Amino acid sequence: MEILVCVRRVPDTSENEIQLNSAGNDIERDELVYSINEPDNYAVEEALQIVAKVGGSVSVVTVGSEDDEEILRREMAMGANHGILLTDDAFTGSDGRGIATILKGFVQQGNYDLILTGVQAEDGGAQVGGMLAAMLDYPFASLLTSIEVLEGKKLRISREIEGGNKEISEIDLPCVLSIQTGINEPRYVGMKGIRAAQSLPIPTYGASDLRVALSTVGESAAKIKRVDYFVPVLGKGAKMLTGSREENVEKVAELLAAQGGLK
Amino acid sequence: MHGIQITASLTSWLTQGYGLFLFIHLLGAASFAYIVARRLVPLLRAERDLRFDRPLARMGKVLKFWMGQWKHPRYKTAGLMHILIFAGFILLAMRAFTVLIVGVSQNFVMPGLSGEAGHVYEVLTDYAATVVFLCMVFAIVRRVVFKPARYEVPAKFGKAHKADAIFLLVLIAILMVADSGFEAAKAAAQMQAGEIAEFSAALSLPWLLKMLFVSFPVSTLGKLYFSGYLLHEITFYFLLCYRPFGIQFHVETSLFNVYFSKLDKNRLKPVRWGISDEHLGQVKSFGVKTFEDFTWKHMLDFYSCADCGRCSDNCPANAAGRPLSPRFITIKARDYAFQHYPMFGHSGNGRALVGNIYSEDEIWSCTTCGACEAECPLLVEYIDKIVDLRRGLIDDGNVPQSLQKPLKALESRGNPYGKMEKKRAEWTTAKDFQQPCPVKTLNQTNGADRLFFVDSITSYDNRMQSIARATARILDHVGEDFGILGTLEKDSGHEVRRFGEETLFMVLRDHNTEAIKAAGVQRIVTADPHAYNALKHDYTGVPPVEHISQLIAREVKSGKIKFNPVAGSDKVYTYHDPCYLGRHNQVYDDPREVLDAIPGLRRVEMKRSRDRSFCCGGGGLMLFYEPKEEERIGVKRVRMAAEAGANVIVTACPFCLANIEDAIKVAGLEGKMAAIDLAELTEQQIARAETGVPACPLEPSSTQPDMQERAIARR
Repeated sequence: MEILVCVRRVPDTSENEIQLNSAGNDIERDELVYSINEPDNYAVEEALQIVAKVGGSVSVVTVGSEDDEEILRREMAMGANHGILLTDDAFTGSDGRGIATILKGFVQQGNYDLILTGVQAEDGGAQVGGMLAAMLDYPFASLLTSIEVLEGKKLRISREIEGGNKEISEIDLPCVLSIQTGINEPRYVGMKGIRAAQSLPIPTYGASDLRVALSTVGESAAKIKRVDYFVPVLGKGAKMLTGSREENVEKVAELLAAQGGLK
Repeated sequence: MHGIQITASLTSWLTQGYGLFLFIHLLGAASFAYIVARRLVPLLRAERDLRFDRPLARMGKVLKFWMGQWKHPRYKTAGLMHILIFAGFILLAMRAFTVLIVGVSQNFVMPGLSGEAGHVYEVLTDYAATVVFLCMVFAIVRRVVFKPARYEVPAKFGKAHKADAIFLLVLIAILMVADSGFEAAKAAAQMQAGEIAEFSAALSLPWLLKMLFVSFPVSTLGKLYFSGYLLHEITFYFLLCYRPFGIQFHVETSLFNVYFSKLDKNRLKPVRWGISDEHLGQVKSFGVKTFEDFTWKHMLDFYSCADCGRCSDNCPANAAGRPLSPRFITIKARDYAFQHYPMFGHSGNGRALVGNIYSEDEIWSCTTCGACEAECPLLVEYIDKIVDLRRGLIDDGNVPQSLQKPLKALESRGNPYGKMEKKRAEWTTAKDFQQPCPVKTLNQTNGADRLFFVDSITSYDNRMQSIARATARILDHVGEDFGILGTLEKDSGHEVRRFGEETLFMVLRDHNTEAIKAAGVQRIVTADPHAYNALKHDYTGVPPVEHISQLIAREVKSGKIKFNPVAGSDKVYTYHDPCYLGRHNQVYDDPREVLDAIPGLRRVEMKRSRDRSFCCGGGGLMLFYEPKEEERIGVKRVRMAAEAGANVIVTACPFCLANIEDAIKVAGLEGKMAAIDLAELTEQQIARAETGVPACPLEPSSTQPDMQERAIARR
């Protein structure tokens, strides 16, 4: 099975102190460290596991600049066979629909059976997967927590629904799926692999290579524009219990039950 | 019957058996040679291990640990017994060969053992056989009646080895009886003939048998002589050929295992022997994944294990109920070797060890404290094997999720917490500290004599920052000219390496090495034993490094540090040896001397101290790992301190302090037990001159003593 995983590089939330810049319209990016968007990493792991079972290859693609090659190499160290960078000055400032348009251009150049995305970007809004599927006229399923390959170009997929229950469906290939974290345990990518992946070639494609009309991408085509960041006002402090240990335990259980936290 | 005839008739018994004896000799020797050759097959397929250097140092090891049985007295009963058996075997070895040869050449006498020397040797061997026999009886009783807990085999690790152990003991006992009976029959016959019988040592086993046999008719004696010989010969060869299938193979392998044991105990095994760091990139697979990835010496370790259980008896992970028992790391590998390298047929199958004979949790459970290696009488190595197995897991991406985040953070931020680099020196800016005790950050313009290498936990952890500040104050007090690397310092990588991420360790090491060299310092000091061990043994080309406890002890002796008496007479202190300061670097006395120099400080020792110290639960990445365990290792340690009658645990390692302070809470001993770092305690007790001068002068005080000295010299 030929699988394409769309990935994105984001500021690593566990290793940064995210602060707003003085203008208040973006976060302070000077000393940020970036990593692959976590759900995307799960998607790559899932693709690798599928290929390990049924054969085929895994390609990872991102829209961005040279800086974003870092995550492609990381996923290649993880086991992805190909990494592709879609980059063009004209792509700068694209909104979700623009990104989906660029990706669609790339997908149409290849012959992919399955396209995976993370459930959402940590700094995004879970838009691209669905739009990409619509543009390609492929079926789309989201929030997946398991994938099983069936005979006859079909997959059995499931997602978690309210109350921890599972909803199981079948979907025809080719399709676009968005992957939830927890679907697997992504393998560790060691420094040795990352170093070895430094010398791997990463082909780049621009707007003309992808036959993407310039009028459909970039800042000028974006119909969604970020106008502000807002930091919520700190709410009231926590409730402090001041009894003995036994009393507090009882009180906590009572409060949890009253708020629906305990059944 | 005439005397000469009697002995001649005995000899004729042996002569009659000539053909049989020769046949058994040849069969026994050929079988043993074949078995050993088959046992060598995996060793020849194993990884390299460069252990053929420094023969003198290796002979020294043999004299101390093999001939001298150095580790044995650590277990009094079993140890003493083993020393007696070992001594007996050494004495009896030559006799055994003489007896074997006598069967096919009746008048053979071992060169050098004719005449008087021979008599003395015979008396010695008579007693040796007796002692060995008694030891066997005692050992069997011990196994059957007293059942020491450390010999038990938990169900998860396989079947009990007790029957096999007892069978082997019985065989040795039979060997001793057969040998003695053979000798006694001859002596009894000689006595009957009125000859001067070969002297047998009073009350020894041969002597007792001789007394029993003396009234027997000569024909019976002849039969006893013959059957004694035959039983001895058969038992000898059976044992020889049976031992390579179980726990007694060490009788043959121990000499080699000790000779080839690790000489540089403090250095971790390289990924591949004979391949330098620069060429490591070309090595396809790291670590041990299949049995054949072990080095030949590590396989010899597996063969040599005597199953005595001392390693696991001392292992903190095992004590806490983690799924690791070092003994079974060895036993399971040996069982694997026996199964997949059988006596006949196809060898090896190349299956992954982890997931087959080992579990991932088992391999991640080790704290690398070294208690197992400190105990093993045969010098079996464990840490290198665990690290090699981890290297294999890392290489395949099999890393617990709990460790992936800190490893990734170490890669991008140089510390496992994912904190910003610029905050690494934030501990120096604490209120009430920065002003009296400014700590300089070293760079091109700002040099110093000594680098204080802080490392990650002491830099970033709120509680441990107190150790950093205490260390800085002490350095300042004794007039050291020191500084820190600040944002340029990255994690020492000590645990990164021990968790098997060799390439990431190399990146951290190279970064720090460059930063340290650029700082132009002469010496390094640290309050973290893990950083100390890394800088001392894992890094090359950096200035000499000291642990703060060594520096304090020296300055106590020099008189620069004087202590105020401790407050509170109800406090009883005990010192907990951090593994990487104590066992791995033999710094046991300095911290104790410092404590004993504090007036009024009452100190007790825990039962498990010094090289038998009990790990706190593990440092570095082990703080992130979520082990499966019944009780925290640290809680066990805190209980040991309470048992010793202490209510203050002093340690000299930030990880120990973190684990022990947590364990005090978990054990519900808050308020009854406290923990403090040696640097903190020192700083708290230092007697400062009452001159109104601030504790830490604003100016770099370190230059003052130097200038004074120079001024004195000029005068």
